[in-house]
Amino acid sequence: MSTLQTIGRLDAPDEFYEALIEAHRGLSDAQSELLNARLILLLANHIGDAQTLREALVAAREGLESQT
Amino acid sequence: MTALPYRKAPELQGVAASRYRVVVVGAGPVGLCAALDLARHGIECVLIDEDDKTSEGSRAICFAKRTLEILDRLGAGQRAVDKGVVWNQGKVFLRERLLYQFNLLPESGHKRPAFINLQQYYLEQFLIERLEQTPVDVRWRSRVTGVTRHASGVSVTVGTPDGVYMLECDYLLACDGARSPIRTMLGLEAKGQVFRDRFLIADVKMEASFPTERWFWFDPPFHPGQSVLLHKQADNVWRIDFQLGWDADPEKEKQPQRVLPRIRAMLGQDTPFSLEWVSVYTFRCQRMERFGHGRVFFLGDSAHQVSPFGARGANSGIQDADNFAWKLALVLQGKAPESLLESYDAERVPAADENILNSTRSTDFITPKSHASRVFRDAALQLAESHGFARGLVNSGRLSLPHTYVSSPLSTADRDRFAGRMRPGSPCADAPLGAGAARAWLLDQLGDAFCGVYFAGAQAPDAGLLARLQGLARMPLPVRPLLLCAAGCAAPWRALGASVFEDSEGLFAGRYDATPGTLYLIRPDQHVAARWRHLELRALRDALSRATGQQAEEQAA
Repeated sequence: MSTLQTIGRLDAPDEFYEALIEAHRGLSDAQSELLNARLILLLANHIGDAQTLREALVAAREGLESQT
Repeated sequence: MTALPYRKAPELQGVAASRYRVVVVGAGPVGLCAALDLARHGIECVLIDEDDKTSEGSRAICFAKRTLEILDRLGAGQRAVDKGVVWNQGKVFLRERLLYQFNLLPESGHKRPAFINLQQYYLEQFLIERLEQTPVDVRWRSRVTGVTRHASGVSVTVGTPDGVYMLECDYLLACDGARSPIRTMLGLEAKGQVFRDRFLIADVKMEASFPTERWFWFDPPFHPGQSVLLHKQADNVWRIDFQLGWDADPEKEKQPQRVLPRIRAMLGQDTPFSLEWVSVYTFRCQRMERFGHGRVFFLGDSAHQVSPFGARGANSGIQDADNFAWKLALVLQGKAPESLLESYDAERVPAADENILNSTRSTDFITPKSHASRVFRDAALQLAESHGFARGLVNSGRLSLPHTYVSSPLSTADRDRFAGRMRPGSPCADAPLGAGAARAWLLDQLGDAFCGVYFAGAQAPDAGLLARLQGLARMPLPVRPLLLCAAGCAAPWRALGASVFEDSEGLFAGRYDATPGTLYLIRPDQHVAARWRHLELRALRDALSRATGQQAEEQAA
């Protein structure tokens, strides 16, 4: 059974998206990359559940290799 | 150290070539432990080594609790602990900044600490001194130049300063290191994940007031882009491991004019020190597909090699010896079928894989192999400074823990319910017994024969039960009974003439989930073979025959 929630759960998607982009403002590509990595680690720890994280990894990778 | 005594082999003095039961090749920690363990089990062997000195430089330095417990069984544990350095504090640095400190806070109620730091040459010296009290025939300056396997044994050609001779033996134990000449002579391979790196290893003597802590630097200013580890050993000798990367030139890196500036940059220009030893260490992760090849068995680095992170080389090799010696002894004594030796592969190959997995993970963290891997590594390090969770991701080597033989053919599956960490195949956890002057330790009492640990709890003493327990020692393959009871309950048992220990702090009951009547069958290497909630002789005999490799034959009969 899938434990990863992929139906909409964000109260205000537009606000979150804006905040996400805003968090990167003024950063170099290298700094942005680090921010993303730190964010992933923080959120992964917050989620905690190994099964959910595995499913998220699979979902995030899906289709990438067939893209050009 | 003075040279170890070379003697002309009897085979070179006109004595007819004799046949030996076991020849052990390589007097490093693994070969020494194997020879000592065999001697303890009543098997004499010949131990040969091409050198006549203990190891040069510190080499393996971190000996984990399980190794110390094995050394206790072999009679060398106390000396190692007395000489070694115990540490619990560690510091992790990123570039010039201290990220965080940790305290290992080892679990109490164990005789031995989580690990000690001790130069390999001291461990070898202590083991050699023990060996001198046994009939083991140690032959220094003796190099194996040829090995031939045949159906009933192995022929070994040995080169010495006085010439070449042949040895015949029933079994050959190749403890001859990562480059194992015996493996090459037999045309066997060690394969696996090829990961390569080089380390500059320096033993530095200084009276400086550095604390007894483990310091690990990622990307330090004095050695940019690499990692550095600083560790204290005995005699105020500090071990420094500089990661060099695979492209470094080992000969060049060893030159004092290259080494000294590195160390000065690290310790500070004004810190007085002397360089005791320097070496470039190269490794790759690899293992043989099988460790047993007919009557030749590979133990330690000859069978499997890991990266140095997590101190899994010598520790796992000593556990190989611990696993193999009692089995070979039983086979040679005719108390177990030769097929028992197959369980060495069944148990130690997964153990090697676990070690390789752990050390590979450490290696991947320390030396990221891709851009993404490096970004996550740096992110984890940065977060670790202020977020506790990220410290769990920082991997500069995971402490070597003994392998649990989860799917061992020698284990009997639980029929009764047990909770807790212990299970069939587990290495026995220690526990304090008795108190005050009568304080003893469980593992010391287990010894190195099969042992039946019966927990009576607060049960009233029972002469019938006692007689049945004592009867275990009279079985064809004796099982030494060990009676434990709850704190304050020993006196009435002693009145019956029983030898009994009190589980004074309740830690045995806790760690083994023992209730009154619980019986554990423990193997000679102090791993759990089977356990029950009640003593039942039939079940015990059955488990004993499984633990000695006889089960399959009985079923066929």
